[in-house]
Amino acid sequence: MFGLSALELARIQFGFTVSFHIIFPAITIGLASYMTFLEALWLWKKDPVYLQLCRYWSQIFAVNFAMGVVSGLVMAYEFGTNWSYFSARAGTVTGPLLTYEVLTAFFLEAGFLGVALFGWDKVGKGLHLFATAMVALGTLISATWILVSNSWMQTPVGYRIVDGRVIPVDWLQIVFNPSVPYRFTHMVLAAFLATALFVGATAAWHLLRGERTPAVKRMMSMAMWMILIVAPIQIEAGDQHGLNTLEHQPAKIAAIEGHWDNDEDQVPLILFGLPDMAAEKTRYQIAVPHVGSLILTHSWNGKIPALKDFPAEDRPNSTIVFWTFRVMVGLGVAMLLLGVVAAFARWRGRLYDFRPLLTFALVMGPAGLIAILAGWFTTEIGRQPWVVYGVLRTRDAVSNHSVPVLTASLLTFVVLYVCIFGTGVLYMLRLATKPPEALSGHDHDLRPDERPARPMSAAPNLGDL
Amino acid sequence: MGIDLPLVWAIIIAFGVLMYVVMDGFDLGIGLLFPFIPDRTERDTMINTIAPVWDGNETWLALGGAGLMAAFPIVYSVVLSAFYIPLLLMLGGLIFRGVAFEFRFKADEAHRPFWDKAFAGGSILATLCQGWVLGGLINGLQVTGPSYDGGAFDWVSPFSLFTGVALLAAYALLGATWLIFKTEGALHDRMRTLAKPLTLALLACIAIVSIWTPLLHQAIADRWFTMPNMAILAAVPLLVIAIAFVLLRSVGNAQGNHAVPFLMSLGLMLLGYVGLGISLWPNIIPPALSLRDAAAPPESMGFALVGALFVIPFILIYTAWAYYVFRGKVRHGEGYH
Repeated sequence: MFGLSALELARIQFGFTVSFHIIFPAITIGLASYMTFLEALWLWKKDPVYLQLCRYWSQIFAVNFAMGVVSGLVMAYEFGTNWSYFSARAGTVTGPLLTYEVLTAFFLEAGFLGVALFGWDKVGKGLHLFATAMVALGTLISATWILVSNSWMQTPVGYRIVDGRVIPVDWLQIVFNPSVPYRFTHMVLAAFLATALFVGATAAWHLLRGERTPAVKRMMSMAMWMILIVAPIQIEAGDQHGLNTLEHQPAKIAAIEGHWDNDEDQVPLILFGLPDMAAEKTRYQIAVPHVGSLILTHSWNGKIPALKDFPAEDRPNSTIVFWTFRVMVGLGVAMLLLGVVAAFARWRGRLYDFRPLLTFALVMGPAGLIAILAGWFTTEIGRQPWVVYGVLRTRDAVSNHSVPVLTASLLTFVVLYVCIFGTGVLYMLRLATKPPEALSGHDHDLRPDERPARPMSAAPNLGDL
Repeated sequence: MGIDLPLVWAIIIAFGVLMYVVMDGFDLGIGLLFPFIPDRTERDTMINTIAPVWDGNETWLALGGAGLMAAFPIVYSVVLSAFYIPLLLMLGGLIFRGVAFEFRFKADEAHRPFWDKAFAGGSILATLCQGWVLGGLINGLQVTGPSYDGGAFDWVSPFSLFTGVALLAAYALLGATWLIFKTEGALHDRMRTLAKPLTLALLACIAIVSIWTPLLHQAIADRWFTMPNMAILAAVPLLVIAIAFVLLRSVGNAQGNHAVPFLMSLGLMLLGYVGLGISLWPNIIPPALSLRDAAAPPESMGFALVGALFVIPFILIYTAWAYYVFRGKVRHGEGYH
């Protein structure tokens, strides 16, 4: 298709399916913790608004979770179908890590999800909170294992190679490989931020329509506090993550910065430019001298390895990662700005009616998810041409499928994903546009014979609203 | 360590796959039965019997995949490459079916019939594909060294197409007997009338597969039909007949315990599974790749085993608890909220 090779098609397919997938777990991680927090606050403060919000978000969570599960199942099998040589050679490390994820996280989430969504009347309040907390814990454990696995592929340690196969030697080293703490912190904070932005945008949408109910206000307030606190921490975490990458994957950093050679006695920060892989330079660049040194080495004249220090075949595609990185950072700065503007509006007592802020919060709704995608594009494309950094090249990891087979499967995935997950996201947004009062499911306050005889799901039929 | 790691892991994966087959088997069966039950509230009840648990059921499939990758990475890569097309279709089916659980309640009236069809269609497709993979695996794969060496459509054969149909009968029976157990009234009665022909169909399928397999593979014929194996293994078909007898009687007896037909169906599935294991042992990919050839290094198997042995008991406990919370009959329009 379009003259693409089987390797490129397999990479596009993986990139496409994993990009769709990551959106759902990111929201799942954030919402599960948010719901646990709300439910705990409700039990502690006895304020029904918290329960209302918890029930409201649990219905959106249910749709999101189902999409995360099925899109994740695809990932678990794609390693074998499309990347069989990766699985055969490095599955010795990633396989056990994924097994731990399934055992300690997937089962925990799935096992307690039924009770958390459908068990309000079946178990006591304390036990229900426990079930919700277990779902949230499961999402975090899941993130831990998958990020350990990814981090090991970025910064592999604790192994030896025997007959072209990776043999694990020290599991403690593998699990706590050098990029794990940075990647984990950065991703979990990103999930929390993305969720806070989604919740904040939902609240802003209702506020802009004049619905200033206690539940909507509480949502707005909580989301803006979260963004104010987490956005600056995230920027610091990202900076630390970058320094860690510089230490272990300097080619990635050089590509991110469009930094080709060390002719000068400092590293400039290129704000704008178009890295050209063939010409080995960054065109049209607008650069600020010394700032690159300052950010990356925390010194005025510090130097970092440049792209030309690496053989051409070992360089990641700078054209892409230069821009994906800047999209992520730009959005991060916008998030910080949103947090600050909201804090200012709160101080002036205008948090719920300052329209420019509400519009800003609404527009920023998808910003967290876009930043997550941009960040993952940066780190994954920046790892190329390796699938396991310095150990296994991507071209040696791919299965021997033919171009027609891969084209057909890619097209199938594109059509399926766009239709199904597009519809699912639409349903989620439609649920979010209903006010919390309409969705919070007060059925349990009614007597059994007053309950509407409608089918049960975690969310009501929109036609009934 | 004195532990036979490949053997222990083969048992764990076999257990995981069995759990998947019986648990997702009955909830896939609900989808297979959808076309027979046009009434909306009855369909809602059918879904509600599995809504709180389907997700956990499907997780066993993820355990099978991840466990295989950890313990037998070569098998994982060979099997997934060889069955690329049916596995892809299966995932497509599971996606449709998985989202339909939630979407059919969220859709407006115009879209709802579409998601009902997606639920049934996805269940049928996923079941057929699993049957095709099973049949293809029994037929054997062309393996050179550590990689799959056959074509994209090698799995297609009359035998594998038949095992697809056989699995439809098996899952539909599991679904029907699950609904006998979990529902009452008209739906319950309808399932009783469906369960009988489904049992007979499944028995016919078991008989055909049992005759066809040894005819195709001399090694499997030798395993079953030489002394002293024959005398011992005869217990398997005899037990099938005995359980089928109890199953058919319990389906006809409305006064009896409503759990019996489901338990007997589970028994049939278990025996079919055991029979398969007897045929294939000790190969993990017939005809050439044995458990030991395909095993991961002990460093990988040992590490993962610690987790598996420690965590699986907890999984079984809280899964059982979740089933316990949602015990009893599910009634029309009854809410879990």
